[in-house]
Amino acid sequence: MTNSKKNRIKDKLFEYFGIACTFFGLVMLAIFIGNILIDGLTRIDLDFLQNLPSRKPEKSGILTAWTGSLWILCFTTLIAFPLGVAAGIYLEEYGKKSSLSSLLEVNISNLAGVPSIIYGLLGLEIFVRVFSLGNSILAGAFTLALLILPIIIVATREAIRAVPPSIRAASYGLGASKWQTVWHQVLPASMGGIFTGVILAISRAVGETAPLIVVGALAYVPFTPSSPMDEFTVMPIQIFNWVSRPLHGFTINAAAAIIILLLITFIMNGIAVYLRNKWQKKISW
Amino acid sequence: MTNELNYILESKNVNVYYGELHALKDINLKIQKNSVTALIGPSGCGKSTFLRVFNRMNDYIDSFKIEGDVFMEGQNIYDKKVRVDELRKNIGMVFQKPNPFPKSIYENVAYGLKIQGIKDKEFLMDRVENSLKQAALWDEVKDDLKKSALALSGGQQQRICIARALAVEPNVLLMDEPTSALDPISTAKVEELINELKEKYTIVIVTHNMQQASRVSDNTAFFYMGDLIEHAKTEDIFRNPKKERTQNYITGRFG
Ligand SMILES: Nc1ncnc2c1ncn2[C@@H]1O[C@H](COP(=O)(O)OP(=O)(O)OP(=O)(O)O)[C@@H](O)[C@H]1O
Ligand SMILES: [Mg+2]
Repeated sequence: MTNSKKNRIKDKLFEYFGIACTFFGLVMLAIFIGNILIDGLTRIDLDFLQNLPSRKPEKSGILTAWTGSLWILCFTTLIAFPLGVAAGIYLEEYGKKSSLSSLLEVNISNLAGVPSIIYGLLGLEIFVRVFSLGNSILAGAFTLALLILPIIIVATREAIRAVPPSIRAASYGLGASKWQTVWHQVLPASMGGIFTGVILAISRAVGETAPLIVVGALAYVPFTPSSPMDEFTVMPIQIFNWVSRPLHGFTINAAAAIIILLLITFIMNGIAVYLRNKWQKKISW
Repeated sequence: MTNELNYILESKNVNVYYGELHALKDINLKIQKNSVTALIGPSGCGKSTFLRVFNRMNDYIDSFKIEGDVFMEGQNIYDKKVRVDELRKNIGMVFQKPNPFPKSIYENVAYGLKIQGIKDKEFLMDRVENSLKQAALWDEVKDDLKKSALALSGGQQQRICIARALAVEPNVLLMDEPTSALDPISTAKVEELINELKEKYTIVIVTHNMQQASRVSDNTAFFYMGDLIEHAKTEDIFRNPKKERTQNYITGRFG
């Protein structure tokens, strides 16, 4: 066998191996989603969205769970978005030279890899106890904000770095200050990337369970929250709770709730992709 | 003398370093008001660096260090009291590669005024129109000022950048190889433009194109490896240069 023949066979083999790997993941995902759809799709109706949890599976709903998730989402975004974007701007545009900023940089990358339960413990100590926010939405939102902050910071920095230096030079050259340059040129040009990162970070926060359990989110909440200081539950905790019940009806409920949670995540990811494409089309250097 | 009226810019014993690299060596050069000065010389000799000395755009480079004095109308621009943003309103710059903002044509040209806090819509529109006219672009874009500047051709983009610099009515215009990315027709337009702008502005232009230097400039400065070799009237430089190096460079006999 000639060498080139051998190479061609190797090429082909690797191609099939790659296809197999890809399909393995896709097939697993399809089986999982298919299963859940079969179990849960028929369970979803308006009542399911409007009912409070109950001891009887067929009367139970996810009202407290999705409203809790929504509250958590809003406050997490309110906290993490300005903090993360501001930190990203500082690190990229202002703090370049100091050794402090390079120390910060390393630690932010490290933070992105810390297991989420550790954030839960941190939140428990700082927000629940020291700031005495109790087991409230606010405590949960602060904790999740900490968790996604590194993601937002990294996304912001990457988006800012993608703005060509020539744009900054043009702005400075006209007499703009650093603040004006960042605010009028750099930020608008990098908003697509920043939004994409923020949405992806938030869609991760929607699915987080462990840190919220640690800061005291409840498995059973008989009311919908009406203020950020109220106790709460969220979708994944509700799902976890139902899955661990022996009654078959609750398993069906869990499947239905999973469908809704997946839907939320898919929609958010869709928005992120849409924004990225829209901005990329508008701005091509 | 530094406060002599017909000189607007002057560098006095200017040395520039990028870290270990001695990029400009003891440069003494005066630039006449309402004239066009061409900076020529081989790649890496320090032309862009010297140009950026005048509007302090080198300040953003970490390793940059400058010694000596640079005067604009008698004022030392590296003095601590000097506000860099004020300085740059007086000394506009056009870059080698067209770099319009990813915004509309109007926003591009009005930006320099807007950051000065000017909000008067009529005044802004007036200035935008005038600047675009000066840049010989008005007729081409007057109907779609809202169009993104990125949708224009390279030559049009460069003229947007020129209009943008003119809109704040500077006294001096620094141009770093403004036509190197342009086709001959756009180049001709920009050169024509430089000739007209001379009435009102002082222009310093870096160029690799000897014909361009002789066409547009009144004075020419030849740089070589960080040294200013020769600075004289353009016709003298091109007809009978005093230094052999200059002669070799402009005739293309450069090793
Ligand atoms: N930002 C920088 N950091 C470090 N060194 C630099 C920097 N910019 C320029 N230099 C160096 O300074 C010297 C002069 O560079 P400059 O860009 O002024 O040359 P130039 O005459 O404009 O060349 P060209 O005709 O290629 O544009 C070169 O040796 C270059 O490598
Ligand atoms: Mg140059």
